Amino acid sequence: MLLEKYPKEVKQILSKYPPEHKRSAVMPLLYLAQREEGYVNKAAMQDIAQLLDVTETEVASIVGFYTLYHDEKAGKYRMQVCTDLPCALRGADEFLNNLCANLGVKVGETTEDGLVTIESVMCLAACDKAPMFQTQGPDGIKYHENMTVDRTMELIEALKKVKE
Amino acid sequence: MKGKSFLWQNKRLMAHILFRHRDIPDINKLDVYKKNGGFAALKNAVTKMKPAEVTDVVKNSGLRGRGGAGFPTGMKWSFMDSKSWPHYVLANADESEPGTFKDREIMENNPFQFLEGVALASYAVGANLAYVYLRGEFWQVAAFLDEKLAEMEDAGYLGENLFGTDYSLKIHTHLGAGAYICGEETALMESLEGKRGQPRVRPPFPPSVGLYGKPTVINNVETLTNVPLILANGADWYKSMGTADSAGVKIFSLSGRVRKPGNYELPFGTTFRQLIYENGGGVQDGRPVKAIMPAGASSSLIVVDDKTLDTPMDYAFVRTLGADLGSASVIVIDDTVSIDWVINKTIHFFKHESCGKCTPCREGNYWMRHLTERIHSGNGYSTDVDLLLNVAKQMQGKCLCALGEFSTMAVVTGIERFPQDFKKAVKA
Ligand code: FES
Repeated sequence: MLLEKYPKEVKQILSKYPPEHKRSAVMPLLYLAQREEGYVNKAAMQDIAQLLDVTETEVASIVGFYTLYHDEKAGKYRMQVCTDLPCALRGADEFLNNLCANLGVKVGETTEDGLVTIESVMCLAACDKAPMFQTQGPDGIKYHENMTVDRTMELIEALKKVKE
Repeated sequence: MKGKSFLWQNKRLMAHILFRHRDIPDINKLDVYKKNGGFAALKNAVTKMKPAEVTDVVKNSGLRGRGGAGFPTGMKWSFMDSKSWPHYVLANADESEPGTFKDREIMENNPFQFLEGVALASYAVGANLAYVYLRGEFWQVAAFLDEKLAEMEDAGYLGENLFGTDYSLKIHTHLGAGAYICGEETALMESLEGKRGQPRVRPPFPPSVGLYGKPTVINNVETLTNVPLILANGADWYKSMGTADSAGVKIFSLSGRVRKPGNYELPFGTTFRQLIYENGGGVQDGRPVKAIMPAGASSSLIVVDDKTLDTPMDYAFVRTLGADLGSASVIVIDDTVSIDWVINKTIHFFKHESCGKCTPCREGNYWMRHLTERIHSGNGYSTDVDLLLNVAKQMQGKCLCALGEFSTMAVVTGIERFPQDFKKAVKA
């Protein structure tokens, strides 16, 4: 149960919105629910629905609508490479291809050790620093800019050493 | 007058007005910001001015919305329905237009000036609660702003009874979760209300019915960051910069095939040539510029020649080139790039980001995506190009919000202005 596990966080989140509009808390609560496993499971959706007096279907529709919520398990870190127009004009597609080749995975796949899932995403507001990607993981979202495949491989090595 | 000190600090030719962190190190620290005139405008407004007077100064300054639409900011504020309460202020920090990365630099480096702008807007429209809606990817930025908001509260610039008056204000951050459409103002409100971010039918407009059904002002981050200095230095000071049509300064996000991509804060009226060649260091490998998209992926494609390059960038002049300045996210395309590839990229984006609410946008982008992909992969015929143009034109004027309209811009202007690229791409 979300409330039992993170009582302080839930309270703090709810305090941001007028009590009669507590439904607004659905997005931050989903982030909280996703923190541990990297995706939102069914129980958490039920939980949030109950907390906010909305139906489970409504919560599920939010998860489905927004790309940063996931309802399936993936690698511990999602490595989301921007291949949108401005980044692509600066070599983002080649970067993504080379990275995939290096890791032996295709876009959308996870490395064998379950550490990273490679994804291709839309503009992340860092177009002057391509190639770039964000990592979405247990510690939130981080930007990595002006990257090379070598530096990305180093980053992956470092991520391997991060303990839970 | 406190404002004078600002003027002197900015006297050095072209000192920054928005990117003051580039002139003043550590302006993201509260005491440094204060030492450089920070919060003087807020204190003066709350203790000495009526809310309507604040709006009037902004109105007279000629400030227009920097998110893309260019709507006069003060006028927007004056539309707030005074018979319906409470009022809300929203800062749009959803920054998701491909090619746009200016608001992030402001928030990361000059956060207090932005937040003071939010506070001034809130005071002007009588709001006691404001939200900064950031795109979900700005996770770190939101955490940083939360720290800054706490510091402001501790220092008495936010909270109950500001400066001993009966005016109170709270500002919270709210993270989106990866949806371009939430930059559209009514979709943003839906999202903040805990729903899927889909635009509302308008009218009613947000100043009458906005967040939680109440009057709401929503402004872009860059717009709000202008406000403290406008209040401190006066409307005439602001109007003295820029052009007759577009007052003040603008941040141009320069990307694509230039040597030095990045943000450049320049007065309106700066030419494309200055931006691309002087600020941006010219095109990679010294190639000629073939096309410019001045408003990110939502932009029309401008054919580049000497006349284009010497066009001053403001809302009116860019329109003479058959495009809009929008958010001033200037994407530079050189002659190594084929336009069929460009629109395949933009349509990939819009197909992905269409919210699915209205049929022309949802279905139109689906079919456009099939066609651009087929043409770009070399499997298309000239009839596919005709069909693509036809689909795009049929969508125009029929979509619920601007996203659908924007998705057709590069397609239509790309095919019409660069026909040779499509001839080359197809089989016959
Ligand atoms: S296009 Fe990649 S960050 Fe903008």
